[in-house]
Amino acid sequence: MTGRDVAVVRTGTSNLASVMVGLERLGARPAITRSADAVRAADRVVLPGVGAFGAALAALEADGLADALRERIDAGKPTLAICLGLQLLGAGSEETPDAAGLGVVDRFARRFPDTVTRPQLGWNRIEPDASAHLLARGYAYFANTYRFVDAPPGWSAAYADHGGRFVAALERGDVLACQFHPELSGDFGRELLARWLAGGASC
Amino acid sequence: MLTARIIPCLDVKDGRVVKGVRFQGLRDAGDPAELAERYEDQGADEIVLLDVSATPEGRAHAVRTVERVRARLGIPLTVGGGVRAVDDAARLLDSGADKVAANTAAVARPELLSEIAERFGLQCTVVAIDAARDDQGGFEVVVRSGREPTGVDAVDWARQAQARGAGEVLLTSWDRDGTREGYDLELLETLCAAVDVPVIASGGAATARDLAAALRAGASAVLAASLFHDGDLTVADLKGTLAREGLEVRR
Repeated sequence: MTGRDVAVVRTGTSNLASVMVGLERLGARPAITRSADAVRAADRVVLPGVGAFGAALAALEADGLADALRERIDAGKPTLAICLGLQLLGAGSEETPDAAGLGVVDRFARRFPDTVTRPQLGWNRIEPDASAHLLARGYAYFANTYRFVDAPPGWSAAYADHGGRFVAALERGDVLACQFHPELSGDFGRELLARWLAGGASC
Repeated sequence: MLTARIIPCLDVKDGRVVKGVRFQGLRDAGDPAELAERYEDQGADEIVLLDVSATPEGRAHAVRTVERVRARLGIPLTVGGGVRAVDDAARLLDSGADKVAANTAAVARPELLSEIAERFGLQCTVVAIDAARDDQGGFEVVVRSGREPTGVDAVDWARQAQARGAGEVLLTSWDRDGTREGYDLELLETLCAAVDVPVIASGGAATARDLAAALRAGASAVLAASLFHDGDLTVADLKGTLAREGLEVRR
């Protein structure tokens, strides 16, 4: 049995109530932090993200959180990135082209095409790679305007379609990054969060 | 492909769900947290909670209501009613709302939408538009729960709201609200063609056929209140019918 303590990184003005409640309902003990040391030491870290790419990155860089996150993801420690959190792991985003992302995932986030509603708001069917061990097939709730279109080597992915195929989630060991909101995805999301909380080969 | 969303709406006054035609002759319809949880279990894709309290004491209830609903809900929650300043939005988001809807205050001061979108992102920012048919065959924005015409064209306002940062439109036909005559499809088609952001249809739903018609008219989501509170049809019943009609729904 692994620890139930989860450090939830505050990236700025994002509302964290849904993430906190979602984790608590599964028996976890989430605590909000802006401390790089806490991010290094925690058994489990959640990087939520609602808001603008540039502002969130500036908030991570300011407190040394960016380095702490890079280190733990490179080391494969249990980490969950949600929505903008996934995009922050990448090389950058069309949303704020001048800002460099954490660079853990070698992909650049681009806007959905103008043939579909933007933002993407709602439930989309996701289909995981056969190699995925956390991600499952089902409907997940999305609220995003930017996305990656394919996965970099070394990561398993789940895909969905909104004006073409896009990355719905990435996983590598105990690191899970979801473009959708597991905390708002009903039973599907609860089950995914429970699998991530139960995992932890490196703990 | 995104599925069609079914959204039960909870009109909340002083901490209780109420129902009534155009908020006249209100009747108690239950506890918001209990109803929200029941609708999630039935397969609702999202919940909208509109605070219709008229007093400051009633408004103070709203934050506690949102906290109570959030504690039991695992799907998105949009909250509207009384959002006059960006701080009102912040308070509701902190309490557990995932999106906030601005209506009257945004018509009076459209910058409100930009302020909410800049601080919280456009995916959190909903503009609620109440529209009524005017004498010239167009649609006019009405505010203050429909009591006050504004002279503002609803389609122009939707475009402006999108440009200001609204990420979604909650569109209520004031002519149809509470009538159970079906959504105003002409209003929906006109408005959906004018914006890129998703549009939630509201006002007049009575049957699964009404919901299907609104979705075919371009709505991304369909909202109803009394349809669900009266218990005539569950969300699961409606989704079954929509699926048989060839619409993709989450089941």
